[in-house]
Amino acid sequence: MPSASTPIDWESLSLRFTFAAITAVAIVFLVGPSLIVILTSLTASQSLRFPPDGLSLRWYAALLKADQMQQAAWTSLVVAGWTTFLCATLGTPAALAIFRSHRLWARLFDLLFMSPLLLPALAFGFAALVFIYQLGLRPSIPFLILGHVIVCVPFVLRTTLAALSQLDHALLDASASLGASGWMTFRRVTLPLIGRGVGAGSFLAFMASFDNVPVSLFLADERTEVLPIHLWQQIETNLDVRTAAVSGVIVVITLLLMLVAERFAGLTSQMR
Amino acid sequence: MRDSDLRLVLPLGAIFAVCFAAPLAVLIALSFASDTTMRGLTLDHYVRFFTDPFNYSILWNTLLLGVKATLLCLLFAYPIAWIANRARARWQAVLLFLVILPIMTSVVVRTFSWIVILGRQGLLNQVAMGLGLTAEPLRLLFTEVGVVMVLAQVQMPLMVLPILTVMSKTDPNLADASRALGAGEWRTLWRVTLPLSLPGVIAGCILTYSASVTAFVTQTLIGGARLVYMPLHIYQQAIGANNWPFAAAISIIFMVAVLCVVALLNLLIRMTPANAER
Repeated sequence: MPSASTPIDWESLSLRFTFAAITAVAIVFLVGPSLIVILTSLTASQSLRFPPDGLSLRWYAALLKADQMQQAAWTSLVVAGWTTFLCATLGTPAALAIFRSHRLWARLFDLLFMSPLLLPALAFGFAALVFIYQLGLRPSIPFLILGHVIVCVPFVLRTTLAALSQLDHALLDASASLGASGWMTFRRVTLPLIGRGVGAGSFLAFMASFDNVPVSLFLADERTEVLPIHLWQQIETNLDVRTAAVSGVIVVITLLLMLVAERFAGLTSQMR
Repeated sequence: MRDSDLRLVLPLGAIFAVCFAAPLAVLIALSFASDTTMRGLTLDHYVRFFTDPFNYSILWNTLLLGVKATLLCLLFAYPIAWIANRARARWQAVLLFLVILPIMTSVVVRTFSWIVILGRQGLLNQVAMGLGLTAEPLRLLFTEVGVVMVLAQVQMPLMVLPILTVMSKTDPNLADASRALGAGEWRTLWRVTLPLSLPGVIAGCILTYSASVTAFVTQTLIGGARLVYMPLHIYQQAIGANNWPFAAAISIIFMVAVLCVVALLNLLIRMTPANAER
């Protein structure tokens, strides 16, 4: 055994080096843009340039006077709040039933509830608009929320089903054999155990709703403008630094929310 | 079957029936109608789409855009998943957090930051010109290269997560056995790790593909008004031209086309070595 002079395993090193290098490039590729937008928003000048010409918070101060944008942000928050509430309260029992039943209908419901994730959301948004007009109605906030529920509920279902599959059935049987009712078992045993899954899914649903463009594009109008549509139009028409400042605010809030979700719901492990 | 189980699905099922199935049914009906009031029965809109090169080339370009973005995404995502799978728990969490960060950040914001980077006076052009790689600013914004790059970044987590899930469930002894039998690292990757992780790769491709073809914000802001893909085409016909029946027909065509690609990829999962043995 040539133990003293083991030849360096160049092949192993080359693979590790290649993959580590690609990962490093990818991380810059993934994180860089968010950093750059924050730095750009701190510019003292009128132009969107990187590196910024001088540092100031003037564009953040300008946000305090941007009434239209604030209104849009508020509408987005209300819509995302209701969407998340509905997704969690409707999605959790549905996931429970799909998980427990091995019948065909359970598989079919699973497929139906997951399909908005694969179908082009913009086509669904247009379909919803056509439907509302055919009923003789006009788009409004409740319709917008229902549309968001359809495209956001798959997130709650997916994480809740994943959490359920980790569940120890013996615990449920024990609870039932000790005389607990179905509801009692759910509230005292199942829910605490799958809570992190439901929480992570609700967080994803909230972010997806707050960020939704394809459905809001058709179901929101000038009165009910939501933030992503407002920003999209701003960028399409005139690029100004205020957009960068809003982006900075959104990036920082997202980061904080993600850290909270990671701490309390184990976000990264729930998403796998 | 327990009745209570069915009762638990019904609320969401009812919402899906009214807010998802019914609108799609109306959309299909409208696509065969001669005007917005749903009168008449005609195939005109479909015939118009498939006989006009402008229309069907948009569909083709959109489907191809998805393939390009998915492949670029895979090129980066596979090594990330491989590294994350071997990393210690703490590093794995950090790596995953960085990967998930972009998909959580608003897509408008993510796309906007790329405009700052890709523009004529953007960071990338400043660096390229500073290094003397190019005398003229490169045109990156409003080109398909730009759209593909941004889509790959935006959808990366959708590719990394399924691959990592499958990799972490694969018995590490298999790769060890391959090396013990004398196969090098590259050969082990190519003959053992990659085939075993194929279900994850294809699942990732399905998610990335269906997200890329329908990524309206990225396509319109990075592609501009001259690069028209299906989502913008539908939007223009519906809101700009107010031609609802035609917009309905192209929505249906687009949905069916995307579902066909997804179904094809799903079929591939069943044929992968990991599943073929079962």
